[in-house]
Amino acid sequence: VIDARVERGLAGLGVVVLALMSAMLVTIFIRAWPSFAHNGIAWFGSGGDVDTQLGAMGSGKALPGHSIYYFRAWPLIWGTLITTLAAVLLALAISSLAAIFLTEFAPPAVRRMLDPVIRLLAGVPSVIYGLIGILAIAPYINNHLLSQSRKASVSYVVQLNGANLTTATLILTVMILPIMVAITANALEAVPAAWREGSMALGVNRWRTIWRVSLRTARPAIAAATVLATARALGEAIMLAMVSGGRGFAANPLDGFTFLFEPVRPLAATIVVNAEGLSIPPLMHTIYAIGAVLLVSAAMLSLAGWVTKQQLRRYGIRA
Amino acid sequence: MSAATLDAPAGKPPGRVFRAGREGTGAWPLADRIGFWLSWATGIALCLIAFAIVLFMAIKGLAYLKPSLLVHSPSPSALQNKSGGFLDPIEGTLMVTVIGIAIAGPLGVGLAVWLSEYGRPSWLARVLESGMETLAGIPSVVLAIFGLLIFAQPFLGFLSQTDSNGAVFGRSFFAAGAVMAALALPLVVGSTREALAQLPNRLREASLALGKTPATTVRHVLLPAVKPGIASGMVLGMGRIIGDTAIIRILAGVSLTLDGVGHTPLLSTLRGTGGTLTTYVYENSPAGEGSAPEKAYAAAFVLLLIVLALNAIVTRLTNGAERPERRGRRFQLIRFQGVED
Repeated sequence: VIDARVERGLAGLGVVVLALMSAMLVTIFIRAWPSFAHNGIAWFGSGGDVDTQLGAMGSGKALPGHSIYYFRAWPLIWGTLITTLAAVLLALAISSLAAIFLTEFAPPAVRRMLDPVIRLLAGVPSVIYGLIGILAIAPYINNHLLSQSRKASVSYVVQLNGANLTTATLILTVMILPIMVAITANALEAVPAAWREGSMALGVNRWRTIWRVSLRTARPAIAAATVLATARALGEAIMLAMVSGGRGFAANPLDGFTFLFEPVRPLAATIVVNAEGLSIPPLMHTIYAIGAVLLVSAAMLSLAGWVTKQQLRRYGIRA
Repeated sequence: MSAATLDAPAGKPPGRVFRAGREGTGAWPLADRIGFWLSWATGIALCLIAFAIVLFMAIKGLAYLKPSLLVHSPSPSALQNKSGGFLDPIEGTLMVTVIGIAIAGPLGVGLAVWLSEYGRPSWLARVLESGMETLAGIPSVVLAIFGLLIFAQPFLGFLSQTDSNGAVFGRSFFAAGAVMAALALPLVVGSTREALAQLPNRLREASLALGKTPATTVRHVLLPAVKPGIASGMVLGMGRIIGDTAIIRILAGVSLTLDGVGHTPLLSTLRGTGGTLTTYVYENSPAGEGSAPEKAYAAAFVLLLIVLALNAIVTRLTNGAERPERRGRRFQLIRFQGVED
C-alpha cells in the first residue's frame, strides 16, 4: 500500500513540474499578447530606434503618430542572430580541433590538465566573463584597435567603443566552448577502435583517419553539442548586457570592417537591461513578448536536440 | 624497388615501424600537417585562456580584496574607499543557494527515482524526460520573468511584500530562490539518473529477493548507493545558482544591501529584497550604476574562488564514484545496510 502511494506521489511530482512548465508557456504568452496584438507581424520587423520605443513605453508617453505599444524588434533579433551564429560557428571549428587534440594527441599530463580546465571554463559565472570583457578587453579594443577615423565614419548613427559585436562574440565563444569540447571529445572516444585501426591499416595517415572516420562518426554528437551551445548562447543575458555595447542597434554588414565594431544588444540582454520596467504595463507586455520569443526559440532548439539524439541512439552513442 | 620500401628502415624490427601513434608528421600532406598543428594550437590555447582568466582575476582580486570587505555591509558612496564591503551580497548568495537547493535537491532526486525505477505510464516518463531537457535549455531571464509573474499573485503575497493598495511586489529572496531551483533541477535529475543507471541490477534483485518492497529498496539500497551522484548533481546545481545574475536582478531587486520586510528576524530578510555577489559585481561594474571596479574585482574573485571550490568537490565526487575498488567497497556496505533493516 505504501509502495503504491510512493509511486503515485513521485509521479505526482512529475505532473506538478510539467504543469508548472505548461503554465509558464501559457502565462508568458498571455502577458505578451498585447504587444504582439498591437504590432502584428511587424513586431519582428525593423523601423525606428528600439531604445527610443522602449523608453517611450517606460515614460508612458507614446511616440508621435504611434500607439504606446509601438515596437519593432528587428535590431534585437538581428543582434541575437549574429552573435549566436558567429559564436557557434567559431566554437564549432575550435571545439572540433580541441576535442581531437584532447582525445588523440595530448600527452597524458596535458590531458589530465585539460579536464579540469574545461570544467573551470564551463563553471565561471557569466558575470565574471562580462567583467573581464568590459574592464580588460573592451578598453584594449577601444584604445588600440579602434581608430578615430573609424569612429568618425559612423558617428552620425552610432558611437563606437570597445564594447561591441566582436567583444561580445569572442567572449560568447569562450563561454560555449567547454560544453562543445566535452561532448565532442566523449563521442570521439566512443568511436570503435576497429574502425580507426581499419583505416590506418589501409595506409591512411593518423590525421586523415581522425578527420574522415572518427569525426564523421561523431557527427550526431557534434550536432547535439551545437544545439546545446546554441541554446546557451541564445539565453546568455548578463555577459552580453555588459559587453555588447548596450545599444539596440542593427549592426550593418555593409559598413565593412566597421561592422565588427558596432554595438548590438540581443533579446535576452534587453530583458535584463529593462528589468526595472517590469512594473510599467506597456513595457512589461513588451518584455514578456521578448521572453515569449526566447521561450519558443529555446523550445524549438530542444526539439532539434531531441531529433539529433534519436540519431545518436541509432549509432549507439550516448550524449 | 619502389621508393616506399626503400624508406622503411631496414635495421628496426617491423613491429615498431607500424605501431599506431609512433608515426611522425613529416610524410603527411601539408593540409594534414596544418590540421595537426591547429589542433595542438587550440588545445594549448584553451589551457592558456583558462589560466589567463584565473591569473587575471587573482591579480586584480588579491590587489583589492581586504578581509574587512567580507564583514562590512555596502554603504552608498561614490568613493570606492567609503562604499563598504560585501557582507550583504554574500548573505544573499547563501540564502538563495540554500533555498534553491532545498527545493531542487529532494524534488530532483524524487523525479530521477521515478524516471529510472518506476517510469509508468511510459508516455508520462517520456514527456517528463523531454520536459527536463527543455527546462535545461530555457534561458534564465525567461524563468525570471515567469517567476515574477507567479510570485506577484495575491495568494503568494506572504512571500514578498504587499503595498497599501494590495498589489503584491513579487520580488524577494524566496521568489529568487524558488526560481533558482528550476535552474538546478535538470542538473540534479540528470546526475542522479546517471548514477542510478550505472548501478548493477543485482543490487535491486538481491533486495527484492530478500522480501523488500520496491520503495524500501529505493530508500535503503539504491539511494545510499547513488549518494555521490546526487551530491555532485547538487553541487553542480549550486554552481549554476551562485553564478546566475539575471534571476537575482529581476527577482530580488538591484539594491546592494538587504532590505527586509516586517519584523521577524530571518523571515523579514527572506521576504525582502537585496542582492547577491553576482549582482554586486554587475552593479559595481561599468555596466551597472555605481562604478566601483575595485569592489567588482574583489567580489568577482571571491565568486571565482567559490566556483573553483565547487569544481574541486565535483571532481572528487565523480572520481570517487568511478574508482572501481571504492565502488566495490561501497556496495558491500550497502548490502549490509539492506540486510540490517
